[in-house]
Amino acid sequence: MNTIFYIAGGVAIISSLLAITNRNAIHALLYLILSLLSISVIFYILGAPFSAALEVIVYAGAIMVLFIFVVMMLNIGLEEEQENKWLTPRMWIVPSILALALLIIFIYVLKEFQFEKTTADIIGPKQVGIKMFTKYLLAVEISAILLLAGIIGGYHLGKQKKKVLHRFIDNIRKI
Amino acid sequence: MVTISMEIQILFAGALFLTGLLGLLVRRNIIFMLLSIEIMLNSAALVFIIAGSHWMQADGQVMFIFILTVSAAEVSVGLALILQMYHHYRTLDADAINRLHDKKENEK
Amino acid sequence: MTNYIGLIPAIPLLSFLIIALLGKFIPRKGVAILGVGSVTLSSLITIVTGVNFISSHPDGGAWISTFYTWINAGGFSADISFRLDSLSLIFCFVITFVGTLIHLYSIEFMKDDEGFARFFAYMNLFVSSMLILVLADNLLLLYFGWEGVGLCSYLLIGFWYKDPANGAAARKAFIVTRIGDTSMIIGLFLLFVSFGTLNIESVMQQAPVKWSPGAPLAVISAILLLGGALGKSAQLPLQTWLPDAMAGPSPVSALIHAATMVTAGVYLIARMNVLFTLAPAVQTAIAVIGAATLLIAGFSALTQHDLKRVLAYSTISQIGYMFLALGVGAWSAAIFHFMIHAFFKALLFLGAGSIILLLHEEHDMFKMGGLRKKLPVIFITFLIGGASLSALPLITAGFYSKDQILWLSWSSGMGSKWLWLAGITGAFITSLYTFRMIFLTFFGELKIQPKHKPGLLMTIPLIILASLSLVGGFIELPDNLGPIRLFSKLLTPLLPAITLSNETTPEWMFQIISAIISVGGIYLAYIFFYKKSAFSVSFGKSRLSYFFYKGWEFDRLYDILFVRPIVWLSEINKKDFIDKIYTCIATATGFFNMLLTKTQNGKLRWYVTVLTAGIIVLLTIMLIL
Repeated sequence: MNTIFYIAGGVAIISSLLAITNRNAIHALLYLILSLLSISVIFYILGAPFSAALEVIVYAGAIMVLFIFVVMMLNIGLEEEQENKWLTPRMWIVPSILALALLIIFIYVLKEFQFEKTTADIIGPKQVGIKMFTKYLLAVEISAILLLAGIIGGYHLGKQKKKVLHRFIDNIRKI
Repeated sequence: MVTISMEIQILFAGALFLTGLLGLLVRRNIIFMLLSIEIMLNSAALVFIIAGSHWMQADGQVMFIFILTVSAAEVSVGLALILQMYHHYRTLDADAINRLHDKKENEK
Repeated sequence: MTNYIGLIPAIPLLSFLIIALLGKFIPRKGVAILGVGSVTLSSLITIVTGVNFISSHPDGGAWISTFYTWINAGGFSADISFRLDSLSLIFCFVITFVGTLIHLYSIEFMKDDEGFARFFAYMNLFVSSMLILVLADNLLLLYFGWEGVGLCSYLLIGFWYKDPANGAAARKAFIVTRIGDTSMIIGLFLLFVSFGTLNIESVMQQAPVKWSPGAPLAVISAILLLGGALGKSAQLPLQTWLPDAMAGPSPVSALIHAATMVTAGVYLIARMNVLFTLAPAVQTAIAVIGAATLLIAGFSALTQHDLKRVLAYSTISQIGYMFLALGVGAWSAAIFHFMIHAFFKALLFLGAGSIILLLHEEHDMFKMGGLRKKLPVIFITFLIGGASLSALPLITAGFYSKDQILWLSWSSGMGSKWLWLAGITGAFITSLYTFRMIFLTFFGELKIQPKHKPGLLMTIPLIILASLSLVGGFIELPDNLGPIRLFSKLLTPLLPAITLSNETTPEWMFQIISAIISVGGIYLAYIFFYKKSAFSVSFGKSRLSYFFYKGWEFDRLYDILFVRPIVWLSEINKKDFIDKIYTCIATATGFFNMLLTKTQNGKLRWYVTVLTAGIIVLLTIMLIL
């Protein structure tokens, strides 16, 4: 099992790195889906099969399809030249230093903790469902409202026929 | 089941998070920035799952579901915004959209 | 009965509020009825209360009526509380009675003025403040009234505010008196620190117990209070504001700058007499200041061209007499002279006001003349007032009051022959300038035709005041001519009796000398200004005359001593170097703001980078600590 964890983890990090470095949007998204799938494997072996299923269905399925649709709608295609201009090696210096610094801090902090080793057990959808609709009922309601807001926002902002993004922005552009 | 210590697992999640952060800092293309944010959200969810399985609690998975919800809403609105942005500016360059910046008036 | 005391200042105050708030909606007649009626009513209440007071002889010589506690904080408390005793009764009587006559006169005087309602509102406020001043039971309330009359004086001097010169005169009066007021409030602080109370009676009781005569604190507080009195009463060295204060309407000059407000200093000193008795040096200073002021102002009055300025300098000089009397310990003589002076000086101002009004606002005496036949009523009353001012013997009230002061300045324990000499010289000058004024104005050829005869509302107050200027003196006659001592008997328990020096010269000698001096002054004025002798004409053109005309150049002196250095300092400090510190802070803030705006470049990735860097810094700090 540990081997599976390491393999899946390695795949996840490598495919994520490939996703963020790729010049092509569609390729990047496919790498991301790979990363998500390997994470769902990790979920599964950590004893969370329900979450693993959701990860595959909602993330890798729905959200990524949304991404791909948008990329296709924009019809950006191959813009290697532009991406090459944007992704000069100098761009990497500062972010890499920052990320490295954070990584060192992570390691330093984690070294301080001492967790006793436990054997994980499976937590099924039933337990999750009971927790959600008893203890976290209010949070569920709130996330329902959030989703509603997302729907309305997506609908409103995504309207193509409207010439203006917002009247203020439009005014500024006229000036 | 997995017998790897929790530190390693969380370190893995942290590495994933930093990968996302790196992408966010490096890329100018706004679609890639959104994509990086997805990676970061995922790594946060992963930490919850790890902690939940470690202490045998369902709360971790509940939190994962909430993160999923948030990310779904965020992606739908974000992608709509990207569509509008491309529609107006014909570019996906995040640096080109800098109207938040004070014009030169205040600097004298 | 005692509660009626509060009504005396309250009625004019109420009337002020009504006129001030609703003046636009009340017709002129209504304003006149309110303005005059309120003062008349308080004068009637004063007379009734006064009669009751004198006949009942209350315990402790005073009626006190407390309304409510004004301030009560820590060890300090001050009440809105009025105290009627014989001193405040006399002041109240003069204020309300003379005030009523002047208000009556003002109806006709101001009838064509657009600020009619404003005028009566200010006048009522003044009467109310002045009554609060004299009726106050504690020094804080007294100070309140003191500032109130100062405010009204400012407002009324600048009444015709459209002429900038009037505004300047008003500011001058306000600022110069403010110097005195500041000294006075410091004096009040000192008294409070020493005695823990500002109640006049307890201060008076504690002062002799705590302080021995000549104690430094007693001297300092007496000097500080004297400063306030000097400012308000226009005495040396703060006398410069009063001649300019004549910019206001004539009834204002009559009421505020002759009869009542300027004598507030006399009231203050008489009221705090215990304190001044404890500081003999200060008392001597008062006498010397009074003597010097009466001479300086007298000489200035001698050379003025403006009718009202003559009277203004004359007022300064007469208050100098009162200070002289206070200084030699002749308390009741000072108050007596105050009352008589209020009558005849109000009369003279009202007469002068009528003349100026009827001669189309002509102030210059040399352009007047021959009004004797044209305005007989004004002439006769003015003549009576002038005679009283120059202390014409036996028939005028001024003779009795002034003679008393002159005699006491010689023979009092604290008097001296030098003070007497100054007083008698002043008396001579007084009759000289008074009759100079009368000869120039009423005799000789007619130069300007008066508009019309004065109306009844003008002449009636003049006649009443003229008769008072004649008979007012008979309530206090000297020993060899009466003796009648109604006035000083009234004041005896309150004000300490005068101590005469051992070797007294008989009073009749002084009376004869002052009679000769007074008549001599009139004769000289007749020669100089009726016959127009060559000397008077050449003197009028001399430099000395100009020096007197300018009021001994005190204005220029103060200009050089105070105004110019301050202007010079302000010039240096135009850019305000203390401000530099604050400007520096502002500039630094601006600079850092500029640096910060550079970071706000609108680039999302830059923000995220900085955010991350910030998180790293914070985490590092947390881990290290």
